[in-house]
Amino acid sequence: MSDMVERTLTALPGLFLQNQLGGPAASRAPFFSRLGGLIRGVTALSSKHEEEKLIQQELSSLKATVSAPTTTLKMMKECMVRLIYCEMLGYDASFGYIHAIKLAQQGNLLEKRVGYLAVSLFLHESHELLLLLVNTVVKDLQSTNLVEVCMALTVVSQIFPREMIPAVLPLIEDKLQHSKEIIRRKAVLALYKFYLIAPNQVQHIHTKFRKALCDRDAGVMAASLHIYLRMIKENPSGYKDLTESFVTILKQVVGGKLPVEFSYHSVPAPWLQIQLLRILGLLGKDDQRTSELMYDVLDESLRRAELNHNVTYAILFECVHTIYSIYPKSELLEKAVKCIGKFVLSPKINLKYLGLKALTYVIQQDPSLALQHQITIIECLDHPDPIIKRETLELLYRITNAQNVIVIVQKMLDYLHQSKEEYIIINLVGKIAELAEKYAPDNVWFIQTMNAVFSVGGDVMHPDILSNFLRLLAEGFDDETEDQQLRVYAVQSYLTLLDMENTFYPQRFLQVMSWVLGEYSYLLDKESPEEVIARLYKLLKSDSISSETKAWLIAAVTKLTPQAHSSHVVEKLIQEFTVSLNTCLRQHAFELKHLHENVELSKSLLQGAQNCEDIVVDASLSFLDGFVAEGLSQGAAPYKPHHQRQEEQLSQGKVLNFEPYGLSFSSSGFTGRQSPAGISLGSDISGNSAETGLKETSSLKLEGVKKLWGKEGYLPKKESGADDKTEMPHVPAEGATMENADHATTRKDQAQGLTQSTEEKEKQLLASSLFVGLEPENTINLLGKADVVSHKFRRKSKFKVAQSDKTPSVHNPASSALDSDVARGDDGCLSTLETRDSELSSESLAELPSVEKLSGVSSPAPSLFADNNMEVFHPPSSSAPSTAASLLEEDPECGHSCAMEVCSNDSVSVSSYKIWKDDCLLMIWSVTSKTGSELTDAKLEIFPVENLKVIEQPGCLLPGMETESSKSFQYGVQMESPSVEGTLSGFVNYQMVKLEFSMNLSLLDFIRPLKISTEDFGKLWLSFANDVKQTIKMSEPRVALTSVLTELQQKLRLHVVDVVGNEGLLACKLLPSTPCVLHCRVHADEVALWFRSSCSVLSDCLSCHCQKVMETS
Amino acid sequence: MKREEKILYHNFYMPKPEEIQQQIVRETFHLVLKRDDNICNFLEGGSLIGGADYKLIYRHYATLYFVFCVDSSESELGILDLIQVFVETLDKCFENVCELDLIFHMDKVHYILQEVVMGGMVLETNMNEIVAQIEAQNRLEKSEGGLSAAPARAVSAVKNMNLPEIPRNINIGDLNIKVPNLSQFV
Repeated sequence: MSDMVERTLTALPGLFLQNQLGGPAASRAPFFSRLGGLIRGVTALSSKHEEEKLIQQELSSLKATVSAPTTTLKMMKECMVRLIYCEMLGYDASFGYIHAIKLAQQGNLLEKRVGYLAVSLFLHESHELLLLLVNTVVKDLQSTNLVEVCMALTVVSQIFPREMIPAVLPLIEDKLQHSKEIIRRKAVLALYKFYLIAPNQVQHIHTKFRKALCDRDAGVMAASLHIYLRMIKENPSGYKDLTESFVTILKQVVGGKLPVEFSYHSVPAPWLQIQLLRILGLLGKDDQRTSELMYDVLDESLRRAELNHNVTYAILFECVHTIYSIYPKSELLEKAVKCIGKFVLSPKINLKYLGLKALTYVIQQDPSLALQHQITIIECLDHPDPIIKRETLELLYRITNAQNVIVIVQKMLDYLHQSKEEYIIINLVGKIAELAEKYAPDNVWFIQTMNAVFSVGGDVMHPDILSNFLRLLAEGFDDETEDQQLRVYAVQSYLTLLDMENTFYPQRFLQVMSWVLGEYSYLLDKESPEEVIARLYKLLKSDSISSETKAWLIAAVTKLTPQAHSSHVVEKLIQEFTVSLNTCLRQHAFELKHLHENVELSKSLLQGAQNCEDIVVDASLSFLDGFVAEGLSQGAAPYKPHHQRQEEQLSQGKVLNFEPYGLSFSSSGFTGRQSPAGISLGSDISGNSAETGLKETSSLKLEGVKKLWGKEGYLPKKESGADDKTEMPHVPAEGATMENADHATTRKDQAQGLTQSTEEKEKQLLASSLFVGLEPENTINLLGKADVVSHKFRRKSKFKVAQSDKTPSVHNPASSALDSDVARGDDGCLSTLETRDSELSSESLAELPSVEKLSGVSSPAPSLFADNNMEVFHPPSSSAPSTAASLLEEDPECGHSCAMEVCSNDSVSVSSYKIWKDDCLLMIWSVTSKTGSELTDAKLEIFPVENLKVIEQPGCLLPGMETESSKSFQYGVQMESPSVEGTLSGFVNYQMVKLEFSMNLSLLDFIRPLKISTEDFGKLWLSFANDVKQTIKMSEPRVALTSVLTELQQKLRLHVVDVVGNEGLLACKLLPSTPCVLHCRVHADEVALWFRSSCSVLSDCLSCHCQKVMETS
Repeated sequence: MKREEKILYHNFYMPKPEEIQQQIVRETFHLVLKRDDNICNFLEGGSLIGGADYKLIYRHYATLYFVFCVDSSESELGILDLIQVFVETLDKCFENVCELDLIFHMDKVHYILQEVVMGGMVLETNMNEIVAQIEAQNRLEKSEGGLSAAPARAVSAVKNMNLPEIPRNINIGDLNIKVPNLSQFV
């Protein structure tokens, strides 16, 4: 209290001073007192009602004043400020809007300023009055007074009608050349605003943005970064060429090249650094070449940001984020890890929060980091700040696996019970449900967790959770007895819940219960259907039940009725609800009535429904064949599938593609619903002695393997067991030693724990339960991606074991097909492979070489597969493993075309070839003299082409080619925007003779295989919205998928990612890095191709090429 | 119930209907005020301010809260320091700022903010530069208004403001909502 008064008192002189200095006091004093009076009046009031009265009074007097003709602009200015105040308090002051615009139009500078401010606070983007402002803005932009120009630019960047942009755009563009730096800067931000609201209107000034980026004033450059950050976020591949510029700028900033006034707490331009780091992170994502450019500067930034100030931490955080976003470099990663440590261990809560955030981001790539900070994480779980707690849960959510799921979900539920905000509940409930479905260790736990989810999440949660859960119960998974147990347990638990008196459940939960009871209560012997019906009936009579839930309940009763022996409850129900006012309920009641009367019908209808799996659906609708034939014979047009029709439409005129975003082939694995396979797997932990022994000696965790191997003990298992024993000593596996170290530390921790307080012990205990299962993963995962998704494949791999059971020797041809350099490779690698070969089918073995090439990180070889969660997805079909294997291997050499003469005359001939390099198309023109004379003065020039980027590359790649009588020129070519074909033309100048030539380049010259994993393919697939579908009819009656894939691989340079049954997944990129993914499915004589890419034109062009290739083959 | 909170001003860079704006302001108050001083300055937004992508970042100065609402394209610590820059600039412009300055000169505060953040984007972080801009505008004010100041009146106006009536526990929050990158919500 006292220091507040003191503070106010000390401020008083300042206040006087303000009035003296700023003081047009003659006009100011009455205004001051009026606004002041109003504010004081409002502050003094004690109720909302009184405030409303006062403000309404004020507003009506203002209304009278502003509309009076005698009101001067000066008075108007004061009124505006009061209006702003009233409007801020939430009262409607719309009568003053027009006057605000007038004030901006007519007033002198000061009045104009208030007018503009009022306009920008009052109006919104699509307000009709805004159009009246345009003229004023145009006038002020042309003004010679800088302040007026500034004001106009400010209001434009705040609020401007989209359709009027053309009116001011040229004026603002001019301002980019203005001599004053502040004007240029504001103009750039005004253009940014235009880019946000109408990107296509500013497309033509991209070159000017570049100029702004190179502005001599750093402030203008900083402003242009806003635009670039935005544009790069939308299309990172379009701005790769600027990477070097950004790196140079950052280098200069970090190196202290900026004037000292840009420093903040002696850190040079921190906000600029943050912005640049973000841009670099976006540019370097998944792009090794671009990333390499920035390693140095990132290192430098990390090193320089040493001061212990808030803003240096901001920079550090961005550095860490960028380092983990771009293509990984181990040294930098190490440093970043240290940084994260600094954050997490910091006593400052803000830093701790950011540390957790960084961990959450990083943990997907490197789960072992969680181990380093386990105690901190545990402490954060009990942190008084709910925000920290929530972030910790988010972190835990990312590291959940089958072993720690119980503890983590428990923690989440605890948090859930405390929080009241709807937003948090929805979010958290979704996560719990997802984890429960993915990793549930047993049925009881699963049902109980889901019960908690339904009762807490209730009616706010996402409806998908409910339908997923029901579908899971209905469809079940592989093991029928497990399914039944699950259902029985669900029924039991719901009956107990319903028996509890005076408890209210959310409607959704009741709906779940009624559905489950209706479907599965027959599984329960001791409970008769009558009793269940009685319970449901009791619920129906309750007042707190919504009519939707009632409909669910009646449906459940309907299902149970045929099983019941006595039916008076049902009859009572029918009686009551056939007169219900709700038509839906009445409908249900009548249905029930009819079924109840016709026992035969209801038996046949409802008993069958209990085994809905047995119903065979004729998906091809063959029973309609006759009808179709009849229709066709009468001249009807043959049916075309939806996408085909759409394609035809598309080709007729460029119509927009309105097809909703979605997938139709969920069966192919990567998009599949997350199956709860963990439930059945987790419950039958049946080790065998050899393996447990192995586990103890090498401390390798092989749970995944163990569970998959079942009890039967077939051939491969014994083999591998023997292999393990003999080969294990060879394993140099750093992974294993690191693990040992980990274990040692845990042991040490535990040893310390003995001497520590019991509280500490509890933490240790919690830590060991939370972080279990993370140990074997202290290796760099494939492509640095998370293993979270791999669990989804468990079900598939289980299925596959059965298959390899049938063909126990399948691994032999496969290992012989292994590339020789892999065979030469690390012993550990092979032995690890052997231990898992019952699980790995031939494809994955054959994929190993490419996988190694892909990852390109110097990680120990065994880590790639020793990781128990890394399960490569395998096709369930055993279609020609050897062909598929050879498909998945690709020729690393870059090919080249043979020389082709492009033009000649009597004395010289020019021939050219293409070399398809990994990063560009290299064109070589060689000029040969026919007469043997010297050619040193020959010159070659290429005309610029719109969408091709041609860079001369000095030096000769082909030694021996260069002789005196010949000369070659090299050009690297890149396609900037995809098109089917491009023409490159130029001329050779030799002894005053000009020889013109031109040659065609196809899109295919710029297509390179994109080597990604199936999971990444899935992610890419989902991230692209532009898709193109095409069905190609082949001449042969039956097409083999492999031949199609080979064709695509060889002729189009696509990378075959995976083969799943009769579907193939392919990926490629347009240089430099526009990816395109392709799904290919073969049925009978048709090949259905489905393209997706970030660039729609690329998909179109590629599909055109595919068609050409397929039709010629 | 005693009126505990009052908004000094707020500024939306994202077009929202008036009622929603008021609702957002209320919710923000609610969220920020119940937080202790020794916990972190970031708040993940509720559904009203745009969901998971948006954050409230606030700083507490005596009785004032400065709250920025930003999306994920901004650095949290960076914004925290930006608030510091803003407040220091206010301090320089008003020469020892106190909340009365901000209450009675809300238009000026807006102008200063416009120099720091323009259209939802950070424009200038260099305090001296901002002060220079504001002073240029003030000079203009002076030249137009003339120097016929009447300090006596101003003094009496200040005297009239019953100072003890502003006790410490009145939280006169200062809401300054900034939501950049808006197009998706229009």
